[in-house]
Amino acid sequence: MHEFLFGIYPYIALAVMIVGSIARYDRDPFTWKSSSSQLLRRRQLVVGSVLFHVGVLVIFFGHLIGLLTPIWVFDALGISHGAKQVLAIVLGGVAGVMALAGGAMLLHRRMTDPRIRATSSFWDIAIMWLLMAQLVLGIGTIFVSIRHLDGGEMVRFMAWAQGIFTFDSHAASYIEDAALVFKLHLFLGLTIFLVFPFTRLVHILSGFAAPVRYLMRAGYQIMRTRRPATALRGAGREG
Amino acid sequence: MKVRAQIGMVLNLDKCIGCHTCSVTCKNVWTSRDGVEYAWFNNVETKPGLGYPTDWENQDRWKGGWVRTRSGRLQPRQGAKWRILANIFANPHLPEIDDYYEPFDFDYDHLKSAPEMEHFPTARPRSKISGERIEKIAKGPNWEEILGGEFEKRGQDYNFAGIQKQIYGEYENTFMMYLPRLCEHCLNPACAASCPSGAIYKREEDGIVLIDQEKCRGWRMCVSGCPYKKVYYNWSTGKSEKCTLCYPRIESGNPTVCSETCVGRIRYIGVMLYDADAIARAAAVENERDLYDAQLGVFLDPRDPAVIAAARAEGIPEDWIRAAQDSPIWKMAMEWKVAFPLHPEYRTLPMVWYVPPLSPIQNAAEAGAIGSDGAMPDVRSLRIPLRYLANMLTAGDEAPIAQALERMLAMRAYMRALTIDGVRDEALAARVGLSGQVIEEMYRIMALADYEDRFVIPTTHREQVEDAYDLRGGCSFTDTNGCSTGSTRASLFGGAKRPLRMPEEVTR
Repeated sequence: MHEFLFGIYPYIALAVMIVGSIARYDRDPFTWKSSSSQLLRRRQLVVGSVLFHVGVLVIFFGHLIGLLTPIWVFDALGISHGAKQVLAIVLGGVAGVMALAGGAMLLHRRMTDPRIRATSSFWDIAIMWLLMAQLVLGIGTIFVSIRHLDGGEMVRFMAWAQGIFTFDSHAASYIEDAALVFKLHLFLGLTIFLVFPFTRLVHILSGFAAPVRYLMRAGYQIMRTRRPATALRGAGREG
Repeated sequence: MKVRAQIGMVLNLDKCIGCHTCSVTCKNVWTSRDGVEYAWFNNVETKPGLGYPTDWENQDRWKGGWVRTRSGRLQPRQGAKWRILANIFANPHLPEIDDYYEPFDFDYDHLKSAPEMEHFPTARPRSKISGERIEKIAKGPNWEEILGGEFEKRGQDYNFAGIQKQIYGEYENTFMMYLPRLCEHCLNPACAASCPSGAIYKREEDGIVLIDQEKCRGWRMCVSGCPYKKVYYNWSTGKSEKCTLCYPRIESGNPTVCSETCVGRIRYIGVMLYDADAIARAAAVENERDLYDAQLGVFLDPRDPAVIAAARAEGIPEDWIRAAQDSPIWKMAMEWKVAFPLHPEYRTLPMVWYVPPLSPIQNAAEAGAIGSDGAMPDVRSLRIPLRYLANMLTAGDEAPIAQALERMLAMRAYMRALTIDGVRDEALAARVGLSGQVIEEMYRIMALADYEDRFVIPTTHREQVEDAYDLRGGCSFTDTNGCSTGSTRASLFGGAKRPLRMPEEVTR
């Protein structure tokens, strides 16, 4: 069971996420959107959304860098495993509380506001509960983590995550002895990857792409033409 | 010089009777769907009033349009690109649906299903969003119809800037006019500039501004970026939508639905040639009052041989050049100078222009003085203050508006003299800088307004750029992506809970 959940399930989740996202982007781009509900109710959204998004982005990049950077990089930089763990606890803790507070506002708004509730799909509500559960579990790991600050367990999680991406068949065995709260956190995280393409979460990818495209756009305006000859003369125009 | 063609529109407000046929036919064609019940691609406002959405003209509040930075460059009033991106989680300048109105319907079924009662059953309103009972409708489309509501509120109209407005709240001095509004299909669209996804684009062939529904991600910066508040967020599909200038009709040489159905025959559609290279400079002139003139400077004379040669070199078809030469827009905007852009100070170089309305003479004694001798009243004594129209159409510059109104009054006096006395009063025409011949042409276009004079629309030459062979069996126009409606009942990727009701094949 452990082998399946942490050795095979990650590949299932990632494969569904990648293939599903490509399929949705290609087959049904009309459904690819942020599903903003700000128009219908501004109250609770402005503060809640900013807190939630900033918190979650810090957590996301924290996990990405923290888990997938080879440990020798930190050794070379002279950052001890213990220090890295403390950094992760503090940064993750602060961002986690931010995201949890913002998320609670958004969830409350989504569940109780009649306009938002009536226009929510099943997954709009379900994904919010999943994310909140994941945030609670994530913050819950701090209480386990804080009891041993040597960074040893953290290094094992790094080995597991990097093992998954390097197709190490023993990856699951590195975290055999991890506390239950960690395992739940990992399982739920993988599940969120699994459902990613079927929910509004796909807007995350657009959120990463938009700044790049927008800042790279020459000038402000976009012209389109059906005439092939003039199309070559550059689409961008100074605003 | 980079010659481009644009489909422009002029609305002759002097003839608008405020019947809302344009709005209703537009709604029936384009926005009778879930998520856009509240959206009116075309609406008619009674001015003075706060309009729809409330106070839309006040850009200190909504941050639409462009500003000129200290270095003389243009940037969206919302902020530079990084600033717009920083608002992506929550857009502080986005109107809430209550700023438009909460869409509602009535419990009509109750009228026939109610049990026998002492009182007549009534159909009470219900929200189209939440489905909940609305006890009191607080706002609706066209809420200020014919000066509805107290002057205290309507008097906050942005166009009262610099006017002693108290006297216009008095019954004797009150005035009103209609303002039909639609997307301006700007030469320098702020909505397109604000879109982080790059989903909004201007078509090079005809200048129509459209939103690519497949590329729109619902970041909703266009809604706040447009100073005319003519981009609407569809809360059901999560995409922004706007007036398409009925491009499927325009492409086949037909006027837009709003224009076709206008019973007052106030709408004109035609081609304008403009210099795309001149846009950046024209939109960034320092003084706001110079923007009207600057935009006139962007348009190119379609009879100038150099312009014609350049247009041909750009691949503009011959019939488009001919249409530009016969364009009623060119005549009213450039030759007679009676049409003006709506709020040029937003720096978007709008392409839906307006002929300001005449109004009754304020002073009865003066009214008696106008005889059939062609004497003209002072346009400053008209009931609608000149400054009010100037604030709306020329960033506050009264001189061009005064000239336009004088020319329209002269047209009336001249034609009265001609039809009643049989006299061609060239002196009268000369007084407003025109000739009798020009005034008779003005009369033909603006007063008689025959269909073929109002609409000079060349067809789009798709046959030159598309291989029709490849299009066989393709999907027809839908408001979503090609063959997919995005709302199939059993889609893995979600979609509208209440599917679009499209005509279906009868299987029985």
